[in-house]
Amino acid sequence: MNLAVIAWKNLQQRALASSLTGISIALGVMLMVAVLVISSVLDATFSQRTIGYDLIVGPKGSDLQLVLSTVYHITPPIENLPYRFYREFAADPRIASAIPIAIGDTTEVGGFPIVGTVPQYFLEDYAPKRKFLIRGNTLRRPFDALIGAHVARTNGWDIGSTFKLIHGGSDSHVHDEEFTVVGVLQATGTPNDKSVFVHLDGFYLIQGHDKPFDEAIKREREFFGEPPLTEEELAAEVARLKKKYSHDHSGHDHGHDHDHMEEVPDLQKEVTSILVNAKTPIAANLIAGDLKKGFKAMGVNPIIPMRRLMVDVLGGVKLLLLVLTGLIVAVSGIGIFVSIYNSMSARRREIAIMRALGARRSTVLSIVLAESIMLCLGGGLLGLLLGHGLILLAAPMVEIRTGLLINPATFDPSELILFPVLLLLGSLVGLLPGLTAYRTDVADALNG
Amino acid sequence: MTLELRNLRKSYREPGGRSVPVLNISEFRMGDGEQVALIGESGGGKTTLLNIIAGITTPDAGDVQIGGVNVGQLPEAIRDRFRADRIGYVFQTFHLLPAFTALENVLLGMSFSGKKVDRQRATQLLERVGLGHRLTHRPGQLSVGEQQRVSVARALANSPVLLLADEPTANVDPANQQLVLDLLRDSCREHQVSLLLVTHSLDVSRQFDRVERLADFNRREALA
Repeated sequence: MNLAVIAWKNLQQRALASSLTGISIALGVMLMVAVLVISSVLDATFSQRTIGYDLIVGPKGSDLQLVLSTVYHITPPIENLPYRFYREFAADPRIASAIPIAIGDTTEVGGFPIVGTVPQYFLEDYAPKRKFLIRGNTLRRPFDALIGAHVARTNGWDIGSTFKLIHGGSDSHVHDEEFTVVGVLQATGTPNDKSVFVHLDGFYLIQGHDKPFDEAIKREREFFGEPPLTEEELAAEVARLKKKYSHDHSGHDHGHDHDHMEEVPDLQKEVTSILVNAKTPIAANLIAGDLKKGFKAMGVNPIIPMRRLMVDVLGGVKLLLLVLTGLIVAVSGIGIFVSIYNSMSARRREIAIMRALGARRSTVLSIVLAESIMLCLGGGLLGLLLGHGLILLAAPMVEIRTGLLINPATFDPSELILFPVLLLLGSLVGLLPGLTAYRTDVADALNG
Repeated sequence: MTLELRNLRKSYREPGGRSVPVLNISEFRMGDGEQVALIGESGGGKTTLLNIIAGITTPDAGDVQIGGVNVGQLPEAIRDRFRADRIGYVFQTFHLLPAFTALENVLLGMSFSGKKVDRQRATQLLERVGLGHRLTHRPGQLSVGEQQRVSVARALANSPVLLLADEPTANVDPANQQLVLDLLRDSCREHQVSLLLVTHSLDVSRQFDRVERLADFNRREALA
């Protein structure tokens, strides 16, 4: 009979106290595991795994704001880029793909962000080595829309559903144009799930999305650092353009007929940002460097500001939660100490019997330590299972409320540290009772 | 295996600081396979003597030699192992561990020795003491007579050379007293184990060829 069996028998004898102390450890570990897994999911959400692009190019300003609006769609864009910039930028031979993004509006129902983009968006990896899976069709016609899995579930939309948009920055203005859902994206665990994608052409055809010629000319010249036109020159240029396109989108109200649509001149188009994949990582850095020098655009590696946000804000919250759950585990450890220590006076005789049978002092110390370690590790193992069980139960709820996909099998490597820590805790809390066992006066305890 | 005690002295200190002499034995010897009944009055130091022989209590002075090994001079860890390997001890109050079954209590005795934990031998020992049908019973589910028989089986588990029995029949019902006594004596005889049995019962002591009165060779008043 080895020491572990003897220790296990002793624990069985105090089944209620052992169970309660084991469960208290388990609860602490369960919370700790839940915190670790959730923070790991958050970490993944705000990391390279969420976005498969090397750079996000947008107007100069806050890199974090650019990433939050382009990738997470959680802040409205402050400025836009002229379409001409996009066209010239996309022609750079160092670029493998450049996907324009235009955002600002939301769906009338559910308030989900509208992302105007091109069909190629769905051919690119949305995260490294992860491709979009579409049920239905991709964007083909201007008023086609693809919806994220969370949007489909929340709004009850499916292929064939139609919807309208609320103009960006407005609470009540609903655009007349109606979009039709042609496909539903499979859940990705990224902000794509909570987004509605419309064809960029359709996005520009929405009333008010095509900038008036005079504004567009001024904005484009300013962006490219070209000298402003005089009032006369501007009027002449506007007249020329109006004649060329013989249709001014800015001056009157009209609904769009899906079967007959006019092309919006590039001058009147803007993009919020450009998702860029460079041919090589070095090229991405060079492009970002070039952008710093000229125009009014910048190229941001999306991971850098997100990591900063993670470390500065979420990192602190994670640490706080870990400290709290660590304290719970420590308090549970004290519970084990109290339980074992209190049992020592009742067990003096048993220890003396073992010593009388030939057990060494170190043997009885080891038995008590083994009991403490078993409680800690057993409780820890139970807590690990409970923690993942808790996540299993909570995952669908979290997904419905936040769109965050949590895989209950997600295993944060730092969970592995729990076991050496629990081993140490078990050894520490078992040490004093163990030393009491070590010092037991055999003859005295046998006669007592 | 022979047991020899020489110039053995032991006193206890009372809370007031006064020293109370318990043992003062110039010489005591028992031979290989010999069975000795040691009688003495209550509080006369019988249990202390057994504990000193077993290496559980340290004497103030003197030697305890078992088979030529001076037990008192062994380092404590070695002395513990020596006790597990060579000495069997049957206690007056059995001292079985309540969480363990009869079989596990016997196996526990083997666990602390350097010998192999032999489940088959433990089972045989319990069968030998008439408890083959009680292997998986815990002490609380056994009668006192059965508990003492488990205690005897445990004491014999490691094939000791010396068996110490401290009033082994004192807490056993009359119907089982002779059974336990016969079991102890027969088992020791069978395996050539020396038996030192402490008792205050004349009925028990008169069954032994050699009976020693502790008072006859323990001159503790000389220490006072």
